[in-house]
Amino acid sequence: MAEPIRFILNGEERAIAGLAPTTTILAYLRQHAGLPGTKEGCAEGDCGACTVLLAEPDGVGGLRRRAVNACIQFIPSLHGRAIETVEYLGRGGLHPLQAAMVENHASQCGFCTPGFVMQLYGAWLTGALTDRQSVKDVIAGNLCRCTGYGPIVDAGLDLAARPVPDTRAEDAALAERLVALLGGEMFHYEAAGGAWCAPRHADELADLYASRPDARLVAGATDVGLWVTKQHRDLPVLIDVSRVEDLRHIEAGPGRIYIGAAVTHREAASHLAEVHRDLGEMMRRFAGYQIRNAGTVGGNIANGSPIGDLPPALIALGARLHLRKGETARSVPLEDFFIAYGRQDRAPGEFVAAVEVPTLEDNQRYFAHKVSKRFDSDISAVMAAFLLTFEDGVVSEVRLAFGGMAATPKRAAAAEAALVGQPFDAAAADRAAAALAEDFAPLTDMRASSAYRLKVAENLIRRFEMELRDNPPARVSLAREFA
Amino acid sequence: MDETRIQDRGPAGEPSLKELHEKSPAQPSDIRGGVHKTLPHDSAARHVSGMARYIDDEPELPGTLQVYIAMSSRAHARIVSLDLDVARRAPGVVAVLTAADIPGQNDYSPVMGDDPIFADGFVFYIGQPLFAVAAETLDQARRAAALAVVDYEDLPAGITIDEAIAHAEAEGRDLLPSHTMRLGDADAALAGAPKRIRGRVEVGGQDHFYLEGQIAVAIPQEDGDVIVRSSTQHPSEVQHNVAKMLGVPDHAVTVEVRRMGGGFGGKESQPALFGCVAALVALKTGRPAKCRLDRDDDMVMTGKRHEVRVDYDVGFDEGGRLQAVAFDHFVRCGYSSDLSAAIADRAMFHADNAYKLPAARIHSRRLKTHTVSNTAFRGFGGPQGMVGIERVMDRVAFEAGLDPLDVRKANFYPADGSGVTPYHMSVSDSVIEEIVEELEASCDYRARRREVRAFNAANPILKKGLALTPVKFGISFTTSHLNQAGALVHIYKDGSVHLNHGGTEMGQGLFTKVAQVVAEELQIDIERIKITSTTTAKVPNTSATAASSGSDLNGMAAQAAARTIKGRLIDYAASRYNVSAEQVVFLPGRVRIGNMEKRFEDLVGEAYLARVSLSSTGFYATPGITYDRETASGTPFFYFAYGAGCSEVVIDTLTGEHRLLRVDILHDVGQSLNPALDKGQIEGGFIQGLGWLTTEELWWNDKGALMTHAPSTYKIPTANDRPDDFSIRIWEKGRNPSPTIYRSKAVGEPPFMLAISAFSALTDAVCAAGDYRVFPDLDAPATPERVLMAVEAVRGR
Ligand SMILES: Cc1cc2nc3c(=O)[nH]c(=O)nc-3n(C[C@H](O)[C@H](O)[C@H](O)COP(=O)(O)OP(=O)(O)OC[C@H]3O[C@@H](n4cnc5c(N)ncnc54)[C@H](O)[C@@H]3O)c2cc1C
Ligand code: FES
Ligand code: FES
Repeated sequence: MAEPIRFILNGEERAIAGLAPTTTILAYLRQHAGLPGTKEGCAEGDCGACTVLLAEPDGVGGLRRRAVNACIQFIPSLHGRAIETVEYLGRGGLHPLQAAMVENHASQCGFCTPGFVMQLYGAWLTGALTDRQSVKDVIAGNLCRCTGYGPIVDAGLDLAARPVPDTRAEDAALAERLVALLGGEMFHYEAAGGAWCAPRHADELADLYASRPDARLVAGATDVGLWVTKQHRDLPVLIDVSRVEDLRHIEAGPGRIYIGAAVTHREAASHLAEVHRDLGEMMRRFAGYQIRNAGTVGGNIANGSPIGDLPPALIALGARLHLRKGETARSVPLEDFFIAYGRQDRAPGEFVAAVEVPTLEDNQRYFAHKVSKRFDSDISAVMAAFLLTFEDGVVSEVRLAFGGMAATPKRAAAAEAALVGQPFDAAAADRAAAALAEDFAPLTDMRASSAYRLKVAENLIRRFEMELRDNPPARVSLAREFA
Repeated sequence: MDETRIQDRGPAGEPSLKELHEKSPAQPSDIRGGVHKTLPHDSAARHVSGMARYIDDEPELPGTLQVYIAMSSRAHARIVSLDLDVARRAPGVVAVLTAADIPGQNDYSPVMGDDPIFADGFVFYIGQPLFAVAAETLDQARRAAALAVVDYEDLPAGITIDEAIAHAEAEGRDLLPSHTMRLGDADAALAGAPKRIRGRVEVGGQDHFYLEGQIAVAIPQEDGDVIVRSSTQHPSEVQHNVAKMLGVPDHAVTVEVRRMGGGFGGKESQPALFGCVAALVALKTGRPAKCRLDRDDDMVMTGKRHEVRVDYDVGFDEGGRLQAVAFDHFVRCGYSSDLSAAIADRAMFHADNAYKLPAARIHSRRLKTHTVSNTAFRGFGGPQGMVGIERVMDRVAFEAGLDPLDVRKANFYPADGSGVTPYHMSVSDSVIEEIVEELEASCDYRARRREVRAFNAANPILKKGLALTPVKFGISFTTSHLNQAGALVHIYKDGSVHLNHGGTEMGQGLFTKVAQVVAEELQIDIERIKITSTTTAKVPNTSATAASSGSDLNGMAAQAAARTIKGRLIDYAASRYNVSAEQVVFLPGRVRIGNMEKRFEDLVGEAYLARVSLSSTGFYATPGITYDRETASGTPFFYFAYGAGCSEVVIDTLTGEHRLLRVDILHDVGQSLNPALDKGQIEGGFIQGLGWLTTEELWWNDKGALMTHAPSTYKIPTANDRPDDFSIRIWEKGRNPSPTIYRSKAVGEPPFMLAISAFSALTDAVCAAGDYRVFPDLDAPATPERVLMAVEAVRGR
């Protein structure tokens, strides 16, 4: 049975019926709810002007809050959740953050400002604002063309210095209201010729998707949202996998981490950082904060993109992908999932359930580095991830995985061959680098030329070798290494 | 003010002054919000709470149509046929309009008449407007537009500068006539110089990336009139173009704007297109029409900063003193003239930057490409010209084996006023030596130069670079007649003030500064002044808010208006209370009349009852601005703004990635009208300039399609690109010898060019990567790719 989208907007209960499921939250706020404070700067998740704060029950009586880009999130994702916009924050006079923004002269044209306010506010509530670097990382997905950011960072630091209020009581009350709104059934919304279902368990998803293999899965909508806002595609039937409980688990077992497909980048980041600091650093620079709050690990793999960051990072680690269709589950080495550009080893009605990532052994060395035009919130020109296993001083096993070098995330077979059975020294790195030309003939496009991609890929193998020595050269992408 | 009640239709005769409920005035020592004070932006509290309204935030009038503009998919082609039948019948469509529907002129250009609103027979760039669909929803309009069948016959297209040169050679002419400035005999001086070197630097364009995209809303009125709300820096031009398009007098069109979500020059000539399209729809359908561009369409359809190739030929001596320079500018204008003539001129006007060139020849060619018509952008060509001479400085230093700073210092315009520019204007206000001297000391340049050298000697992979570069920027529109402004000030009978002027607010804080001027003039707290939307109905024939001149011009005009009313109040008080005019003095919040003091609002109320006009226009025209194209000489600027920046960078020679580590800025704003706003312009300008020279790359494919048309592919700086170690100081000794508003200096554009220090520092770092053996021809933007390729080149691998 179709039902309305029930949620709490700025403290008030609302219901939406009649609007197409692919209506964005931003369009709803600006055109239907009379709340134009939230702005559109790009409609593709890249500028943060549309940032709003979502809250949902955390399952243990409290709330889980995260800021998201309203421009690419669809209205059904509001169901059973609470949303706050900039108008609400200042309801009883300026919030201390807003006052700090004024005092620090942190707005000029003011168009980006509501987005920064909501982003900083949300990060503060969730304890993410600690030091200057954290403030900058938190707002790296918010663009400001006027101020040069200094005053905004200062305002963020002023806020960070304030204790986060204890809102447990209000949160519990709100959580209770939200649970009541959610209802007990699988959420199903239909309007304007579109349908949206949000199964709660993997079994429910498996049944539903097997019976409707024509449906599109949507998780964090950080790709799918753009199909609507940028490509203007019709998506008549959508199945939301982001509420599937069993897909949201992370299990850190001995020797491996099991990451459910619907785990967000934010949730995965700390676990990945424990595997290796390069993974933590890659996740810090993966998209912007709001995108990491929504986008999922499964989505980053399932989209099959040749320039996604997680696939090469995880292929190098020897990750396996778990898939399920109906009752049937299977798993494949992650690299085998990517068959060709736009083609993956996934049958109609089959979904990604999880990715299983081995952790490092003592005799293994890992390296991951993302090269892009801009450090933050940019798509990689080249993403490289390497794993070497050593036995008796020589390389016994090697996995060199790249994104941005071919039509799929891909291992470099010739370069790998050049390394096996040898000590990993500068000469070996040079040989592997030279072999890369056999592995790849990368594209030239607006992100980088073919020649640059190849050169950087070669040099990253050299850098890996240097980083295994004493006193390696710092990474320029890490501001703190130059502080 | 609530106690002041002057009501209409009282008993016959004069109301008694008692009805004013006059109170004895408080005696504050100062007003709130006068000039030279640090005040927040007037809209700051509204910005942070989401209450500041931009055009798209206004509630839509019932029946408002949404407009989508369909674009050319070919760079250069003849339109063989355009079939819109299916589009017209699509759901929700109310009108489909083409060039044939335009009653007046099919043109939205600022000067030359060569920017068709809708293509007529031919297309000249990918993204050129073909026709517009107006529908009930934007989605319907967009979908209908996709149903059009366009048949093209492709024609040869030139996309790059090289192709443009070939094209011009074949045609026998450039887009616009070239221009040359000459000082002395450059050829002889070059030939006779002890050392001579030639080189080239390519300087890329830039998208404005104002956060609020282009938008216009048109509301039809009676008698064929129209009101247009436009996000524009130039309401008068939108007005004129809409009128020209409709074939009606300017008086039939009113254009209004309260604020823009950023402009940076991108809303100077470009908004006329969207104003015209919205107005056309409104007039044809009788319904309000909104034309709001999606980010991608905005970036594809609208003009950008000009890409410029600078070829240099420089003669110098062992001490790095220039003997002569010859520059050839090749300016990529795009398909039409737009403002390119003035922009290319300004690149030439800044080809000397802060350096006295003993002899110079500057030649500029304005080339046509089949790409979007490039337009105004902060600095208006000046930055591109400046990169040329700063490259020359780095190069000369390298060839002479000197520190680049010493070479720069050896060539500065002297403070004694003896310097003459290549356009024969004497530089009488140069303070660049003093500013650089001060910055060199405060940023510890010499010690850091040694540290950078030591770091580079010790690090094979990472290399640091350091550079300190100056800015001298000419203030005034070089098109002389534009240096005028108007204002309108009303004082209401309760003593509150309505302020209006021809300038527009795009975030720079112009409205705040002008209000400060009026507050100062009338000696009232700034809260008494209501800052109001710019509208062509209140102040006519305005110039664009551009060329950094906003406060200079509008501040003066508003001051003049306030002074006129103040003069009337003085005359009234003098005659009413039998004192001389000198005995009427405006004090904070009050007026002293002889021995008596009255609150400002009480004097105003009295004056109203005495039938004194409390409204006035004000006008200002900058004196003494001239330029003679024939002789390429004159005084195009009222004064110069100066500043200097020092940047330190590090590059990774394996990947080309780089990071700006530290920036020190010392900038001259004369006597600042508002130090906080000025600092905001300095920091924001610097970071925007940094983006231009590092990460912001415009990339066209071989078909002429711009592939970097959204923030996913076009990368402006983020908070993490700004160094934590960033010191900005306003030069305390700054004074403006020219009689500007409270002796302040313009600040909108000059700081943008301080970012050239980062580009020079990157060049220095690349040079270090080759052990300072070869000078790198690093082009802009210095993306990681360009840096790596330059490193490879200097290492000769
Ligand atoms: C501003 C911005 C910045 C970005 N930056 C980066 C970046 O730095 N690095 C990077 O790699 N990516 C980046 N991305 C891309 C994107 O965010 C990621 O790829 C993200 O992980 C996609 O996850 P999602 O949950 O949002 O996927 P969705 O958009 O919901 O779905 C993506 C695709 O995966 C399918 N799908 C989702 N879940 C499943 C499942 N369980 N089983 C089968 N199919 C499924 C969907 O049907 C769809 O085809 C960026 C995107 C944006 C908008
Ligand atoms: S509008 Fe730019 S991120 Fe949403
Ligand atoms: S204040 Fe204008 S974009 Fe940030």
